[in-house]
Amino acid sequence: MTLDRLLFGDNQFFGINHMSEEKARTQAMRFQDTAEIIRVLDAALDEGVRTFMCTTHDRIAEVCDHMRANPARYADFRFYPCMPYAHKYANAVTEHGMLGAALHFMPDDGLFKTALRGASSLATKDAEGILKILVDMEMKMFKGLNTPVIFLQNVVVDLILGMGMDEIFALFADHVRKRYDAEPGFVTMNMPRLYDALTHVGIENPIICANINKIGFRTCGGLDAYTELLRTGRLRAIAMSVFASGAIPPREAIEWLANLPNIDAIVFGASSRQNIRSTKVLIDEFFGRPASSSGGMNTSKGRIEAYNGGLLGLATVERT
Amino acid sequence: MEAKKVRLALVGLGKMGISHFSIANAHPATEVVVCDAADFLLDGIKKYSKRPAFRDYDEMLASGELDAVLIATPSRLHAPMVRKALARGLHVFCEKPFCLDWRDSEALAKAASDKRLVSQVGYHYRFVGAFQEMKRIVASGALGTITHVLAEAYGPVVLRPKGSTWRTNRTEGGGCLYDYAAHPINLLNWYFGQPESVSGAILSPIFSADTDDEVYATLHWPGGMSAHLSVNWSDDSYRKMSTRITMTGTNGRLYADRQECQLYLRATSEALPDYAKGWNVRYTTELTKPVRFYLRGEEYSAQIDEFVGAVQCGRTATQYDFASAAVTDKTIAMLLADRDSGTTRSRAAPVTVEKRSWFGRFGGMGR
Repeated sequence: MTLDRLLFGDNQFFGINHMSEEKARTQAMRFQDTAEIIRVLDAALDEGVRTFMCTTHDRIAEVCDHMRANPARYADFRFYPCMPYAHKYANAVTEHGMLGAALHFMPDDGLFKTALRGASSLATKDAEGILKILVDMEMKMFKGLNTPVIFLQNVVVDLILGMGMDEIFALFADHVRKRYDAEPGFVTMNMPRLYDALTHVGIENPIICANINKIGFRTCGGLDAYTELLRTGRLRAIAMSVFASGAIPPREAIEWLANLPNIDAIVFGASSRQNIRSTKVLIDEFFGRPASSSGGMNTSKGRIEAYNGGLLGLATVERT
Repeated sequence: MEAKKVRLALVGLGKMGISHFSIANAHPATEVVVCDAADFLLDGIKKYSKRPAFRDYDEMLASGELDAVLIATPSRLHAPMVRKALARGLHVFCEKPFCLDWRDSEALAKAASDKRLVSQVGYHYRFVGAFQEMKRIVASGALGTITHVLAEAYGPVVLRPKGSTWRTNRTEGGGCLYDYAAHPINLLNWYFGQPESVSGAILSPIFSADTDDEVYATLHWPGGMSAHLSVNWSDDSYRKMSTRITMTGTNGRLYADRQECQLYLRATSEALPDYAKGWNVRYTTELTKPVRFYLRGEEYSAQIDEFVGAVQCGRTATQYDFASAAVTDKTIAMLLADRDSGTTRSRAAPVTVEKRSWFGRFGGMGR
């Protein structure tokens, strides 16, 4: 499959701003009404940005409801879900403990809940079963909608990566392909290391979304290793945090990015039609205008935001 | 020549434990083994990570194939487990809070120092770029005389009257005081040392049955500087834990959180030539040093890097050692003493020690 070149991210909707807690709060206030989120998504769609890379936040479920209720308007719209929304799990662990949290997120009527309660070593026997159920729980909200790529979010990806549990990536990839007829995607802050791990478990030409920016902000393993991988590796790279939380002027950031090989897509965030348009114009200028709105690139998560008329890139997809 | 690899045991696979395991395992200079009394995660780690795993702490220590341990068990178990590791001559990284009784903290700090072993406690905010910059600015004296500090932490942990784990039980080292307030207190200790006294301590439940959900107090330092502590872990207007410090001085005002450091200077200071008169803002993008492996924040990797590096080159007295954390444990004890002195009206429920299953779960680990 081909990824759209420009993907719309969701950090700005949920009070995530890696530059300032004050700005994050201002955004959280503005977007607390889901109708306001939908208004911005509509603007993106009208500007030719039709792919929404979003975390599986509870409020996205409301966006999904709206899309299902208006099938004609959103026939061409697609979601790239990013799971899980990590905070709900992290907070549940503090409240309920590790096992308690696992139980908390299992369906009430499932055999698994019963099994987990009594089990001493279920992790060994059926990690695959647990993983499938957790993915299915997160995917419920997208029922009936177009989800061509399904991502594991970076906290989970990097946790698994560090622990060396590479086989879990393959389990996720298999499930997403079989159950949802979708491509697996992986968000990470450690792209070179992740690429090696994915290759190691046989995930060919993986879709990887990572910070890729001129100043090397959160490009762990080093910016040189990133550019080298883009040059020599076989992957579909999605650049996020391309403006490094506003540290790089937009034009300079995009021009630098356009000179890298193998960038399939860019994720950006914006709160207004004007900022969506200005970003798209910039990308089209440096990457060439796509033949149709479907573009010719890949997808992911990044964000551009405007304050006082300037563009401010907001960093990553999701962090705890 | 490449330094010898550090054989490190990760003990306790809870929320912080698995994060530490991931980071430590990704470190090029470590060989990690894990230890947890519960099979639930241990078997999964054995199978997928293919790292050696132990169910029994004593058995693991007795294996004699370790250089260091990282203790991430419930707080109540820290002191006995750290004591055993030091007795074996192992370097120790311990999660925060260090010990529930500050006398244990001081004794263990002395033991580590006497044996010339590396010790560290997981107060990761000391590795956040903006708080490090705050440290540099305070040390420069550019703020003039600092008269008052506001130390805050807010976040969404306990939002309903339900749920019970060691983290929500005071006697086990849980609660807002140990889990949240310990962080801003530790930053205050880093910048200003041990306070002279504490007054007006309020430790109150909001939703919890067994512990405090909000902590407020006034801390006093010799020379007259005071700090207000304001901490609440039952506040879901915050997406995640937010820690912030604001300082007022005769030459300006300084603010830091995880994302940025803002300094207002009334007049430029020769001690701080890179800051101008008026407002100065430094963002995380420029204050944060890159790390080799990233999980949840550079600070978590940086603290493990610091520990592994210290073990490799035998660096024992650091800003992060047991002695530094003992100061925080002592400050926490001052808060509790003030609360118990009855000079302030606290709604905190009386603490009753109840038998919990943790020692049982950890079998031979704690005793």
